[in-house]
Amino acid sequence: MSSVFIDARNLLCPMPVIRTQDRVAGLQPGELVEVLCTDPGVVYDIPAWCRMRGHEVCNIEEQEYEITITIRVGDKG
Amino acid sequence: MMQQRKAVALISGGLDSLLAARVVMEQGVHVEGINFFTGFCVEGHTHAIRKKERTRPQRNNALWSAEQLGIKLHLVDIIDEYKDVVINPKHGYGANLNPCLDCKIFMVNKARAWIEANGFDFIITGEVIGQRPMSQRKDTMPVVARDSGAEDRLVRPLCARNLPPTLPEKEGWLDRDRLYAFNGRSRKPQMALAKQFGFEDYAQPAGGCCFLTDKQYSVKLSDLWSTRGKRDYDLDDIMLLKVGRHLRPRPNFKIIVGREEGENRFMEGYRKRFTHMISSSHTGPLVLLDGEDINRDDLALAARLTARFGQGRDAGLVTVEVHDKGVMQNMEVVPMPTEQIPADWYL
Repeated sequence: MSSVFIDARNLLCPMPVIRTQDRVAGLQPGELVEVLCTDPGVVYDIPAWCRMRGHEVCNIEEQEYEITITIRVGDKG
Repeated sequence: MMQQRKAVALISGGLDSLLAARVVMEQGVHVEGINFFTGFCVEGHTHAIRKKERTRPQRNNALWSAEQLGIKLHLVDIIDEYKDVVINPKHGYGANLNPCLDCKIFMVNKARAWIEANGFDFIITGEVIGQRPMSQRKDTMPVVARDSGAEDRLVRPLCARNLPPTLPEKEGWLDRDRLYAFNGRSRKPQMALAKQFGFEDYAQPAGGCCFLTDKQYSVKLSDLWSTRGKRDYDLDDIMLLKVGRHLRPRPNFKIIVGREEGENRFMEGYRKRFTHMISSSHTGPLVLLDGEDINRDDLALAARLTARFGQGRDAGLVTVEVHDKGVMQNMEVVPMPTEQIPADWYL
């Protein structure tokens, strides 16, 4: 399954979470979303938001200055 | 069986809104949270950028609060709409460029529209009479309820017993006797209630949760408005006011000097938008130039300042890489001695 990509680089929290929230609202359960970020706060905030909304964090990949978080959309919205 | 009522709580990430939501949840109401992002929220921003702040939790406190409460949180970007609140506050500013009363009215009004669109019954805020000098006074509480259009659907559970009964109390959705009568600036009642509910490690931001209450930030925003000749901003403007040292050596431009690695890295994202420079002969900060009609003399001055804030500050000559209008050139400059930098250049 192809994934939806969100470029949230140079955005500071909570903007990456808001971009993710707004994009996920139009997706179906099971779809994958990749969020590319530079704010280190996302490794706390996006998983917290996912727990709250019933989405699954599949992977967090941290490179030197960039973080990619992969989410599987849940069915609770 | 009685219908379960639904309320939305304005969640800032601070203790009061956390408690207010919990007090209402205790009475069997379904509560969801809403958090409005204005762009000026202290939340997350410089904490995430600056390395020296890394010992603090980088979490978003509104998300943390909602998790503690076990409720759904709706994060809403209001950056564009909020401009009018900042630029034209009907009720004026506080000590700095903080339009606290207009801000509260605006947010409660947004929450009112949200409950109407989502079939919720009322709004909860963590306001306490006397807690804040501008927006949380006995005489301004009714103004917020009236001007937001929320009227008696706005419940302040922490000080409700000091205020007239609201619709949820009159209708029996909430038991007034189980609401509170907090008053004044003391935080002790809230801390005692937090203990009772088992909340620990909650955010206690010194100086509030908004950059507009900060004197230095307000000075920089005023400078931005006055030098551009109009009271306007975009998100990048207000983000950059939170980062680096800002010096205005000439009316037509200012420089933004990264103070550490985290800020330099954040500012790198703005290199395409701004003329920028960095020392290539010595370790030093990234410097952005924000202004108009920047000529070669301005660039030379900025390069001397760039050299001053780097490791070459005591060197005879420093090479500064200058990127202007898509062209890179090296400038050999003498670092500007600290004592020659007028204090009023610093914003």
